Amino acid sequence: MARLSGLQREVLSLYRKCLREIRKKPSDSRENFRSYTRKEFEKHRTLNKKDFNAIEYLLRKGHRQFEMYSSPGIRNIR
Amino acid sequence: MAALRSSSRLFASARPLFRPAAFARSYATVESSAQDPNPSDQPRIKKFQVYRWNPDKPAEKPQMQTYSLDLNKTGPMMLDALIRIKNEMDPTLTFRRSCREGICGSCAMNIDGTNTLACLCRIPTDTTKESRIYPLPHMYVVKDLVPDLTQFYKQYKSIKPYLQRDTPTEDGLEYRQSPEERKKLDGLYECILCACCSTSCPSYWWNSEEYLGPAILLQSYRWLADSRDERTAERKAALDNSMSVYRCHTILNCTRTCPKGLNPALAIAEIKKMMAAH
Repeated sequence: MARLSGLQREVLSLYRKCLREIRKKPSDSRENFRSYTRKEFEKHRTLNKKDFNAIEYLLRKGHRQFEMYSSPGIRNIR
Repeated sequence: MAALRSSSRLFASARPLFRPAAFARSYATVESSAQDPNPSDQPRIKKFQVYRWNPDKPAEKPQMQTYSLDLNKTGPMMLDALIRIKNEMDPTLTFRRSCREGICGSCAMNIDGTNTLACLCRIPTDTTKESRIYPLPHMYVVKDLVPDLTQFYKQYKSIKPYLQRDTPTEDGLEYRQSPEERKKLDGLYECILCACCSTSCPSYWWNSEEYLGPAILLQSYRWLADSRDERTAERKAALDNSMSVYRCHTILNCTRTCPKGLNPALAIAEIKKMMAAH
């Protein structure tokens, strides 16, 4: 695999962080969380990788969403 | 401290914060044309250039959109114009507003190059020039004119903006202050945390992670100056580093821009004085 840019690594690390957080959710809803996370990232797969402003914005948004969904009160997602 | 108070009064009176009573307050609707003071006049078309950016299409660049309004049918303030644009021309335009009288601090934005509250800013009557409206500078944008103030509020939380006290009063009633002690809080408690000053400060632009910025430091001083608070030493110790306070280089943009006519720079100077003394 080619060497990744800093931004690409940040995106991947956010994705991994999400996957790790999913393990703390109840086992029967994990699949929902996983497919939701995957879908959110897939949505912007076509984004131009040189579009730094957009990627940075989406990263910030992703971190915000991550913080919200990682609260233990959220047990399932549809 | 008396200086702080009197200067804030001076600013407040020098600025046209309040409309003359002769005008009836009307919302920015078409009906307001009925109360138009000069109905026979030519329509005064003014152009407004408004910053637009939609988070749902992150790949698209932010752009300026131009709207034309007849000033004869619009209220006198920038907020009236914005509300009218939203109601009648473009419902997708997004901005925060609430009290429309400069007490909530929601509608802080950059109008013609100055951070101010849209509800306290008169529309310049010169119709040959267009007005340019941007969100607060150097903040992440949520949408259009709405900035992301998360960091600002986190910093506000970090200074513990509440009374910290352990010893009860002798009679178990409220904590009393002498009029002189209360006077120290004038020019401080009026701050509505609209973030106009912080976002006008170049030092805050470059160090917003660590430097608290004028608005938060003004609040910080408000609690340092409070005679009832017993954690002054701890508050000072929390500020005692190179970043929190000492990134203020007395640029004074904060005092110049404050829509409430307060003087954050003086409060920061007072903090520095307190820190130097201890």
